[in-house]
Amino acid sequence: MATGSERTAVKLFSYILAFLFVFSTLALAAGGGNPDALFQGAEQAVSFCIGITGGICLWSAVMELMEQSGVSRALSAALQKILVRLFPIGCRHEHILSAISQNVSANLLGLGNAATPAGIRAAQGLAALGEKAADELCMLVVLNTASIQLIPSTIAAVRSSYGAAAAFDITAAVWISSAISLAVGLGTAHILKKLWR
Amino acid sequence: MSSLFSLTAPVLISALCLYALTKKVDVYAALCEGARKGLGVISDMLPALICLFPALWLFRETVLASLLTGILSPVFESVGIPPETGLIMLLRPLSGSAALSEASALIARYGADSLIGRTAAVMIGSSETSFYVIAVYFSAAGVKNSRWAVPAALAADMACFLSGAWICRIMWG
Repeated sequence: MATGSERTAVKLFSYILAFLFVFSTLALAAGGGNPDALFQGAEQAVSFCIGITGGICLWSAVMELMEQSGVSRALSAALQKILVRLFPIGCRHEHILSAISQNVSANLLGLGNAATPAGIRAAQGLAALGEKAADELCMLVVLNTASIQLIPSTIAAVRSSYGAAAAFDITAAVWISSAISLAVGLGTAHILKKLWR
Repeated sequence: MSSLFSLTAPVLISALCLYALTKKVDVYAALCEGARKGLGVISDMLPALICLFPALWLFRETVLASLLTGILSPVFESVGIPPETGLIMLLRPLSGSAALSEASALIARYGADSLIGRTAAVMIGSSETSFYVIAVYFSAAGVKNSRWAVPAALAADMACFLSGAWICRIMWG
């Protein structure tokens, strides 16, 4: 699924990476520093991945159990009432409503692999409705750029591999910060929607 | 509050196992299947990190990095953000792996339970790779005009970094 603008986004990062290498090399040549950091970095990448493999796989296992026992389906049904208010036009169509609710519930549970396909189905459905749903398409994207994950499992795995006393004790802070970020995103969306025409 | 959340994982797993058993799900098979998918996540991530870690580590060795921190420090400090987390904020909307590399470097250097380590973790945990998401969704939908999605997403990211830093300062500062 390497579409046009995705390639552009990836390409942009290639420039940033090249910039980092070139400027670091020039700065090292001019100002000194340890060039071995290059290989230490590669080594660290591997030990980092080994360090978090246990945590990531355990959470992935829990997520799979959630999916197979129907928790994500129950959550997506419960979400539909809220989503009708955010997407009044798109939610008139059953298939769009179900794609959006699957997308949001997968995001909440941290099921990234399930969230993107559902979100793309929703985006395509909204795009097919044309100009009248253009604002709702933007809303869907903004909702997906704000992280609304309930269990911050990846970063908890990182913290635990670096010896955190309680890896999940940042959960409350992550929730508050996510909620503020989501509120600002939706609020900005609400204002810009009116200013846009 | 903190001790409550330290039990999150065991409580969630036990409750889920019981619930799954009442739904007649093969719990062990499902867990193994999920763990196998987790290995896929790691194997997707490792090549990216092997390319990104050296670039970031090399950059951090240079005078350029200390110059940049020197210039930006007063700005970040005046709004209550630890200056060390500056690079995370720049990388986060563009690449999830790069931001995670930088955050893990900070966690390794300053400690997982330090204020800087916690701030980095909260910033990563409560934000998304905005530009990537915008690119994927609009291109998949075949829509060229992203209208106000970029400014709204960036406003949300800014709010996330600021509030994350402030909350950490209040809870652990």
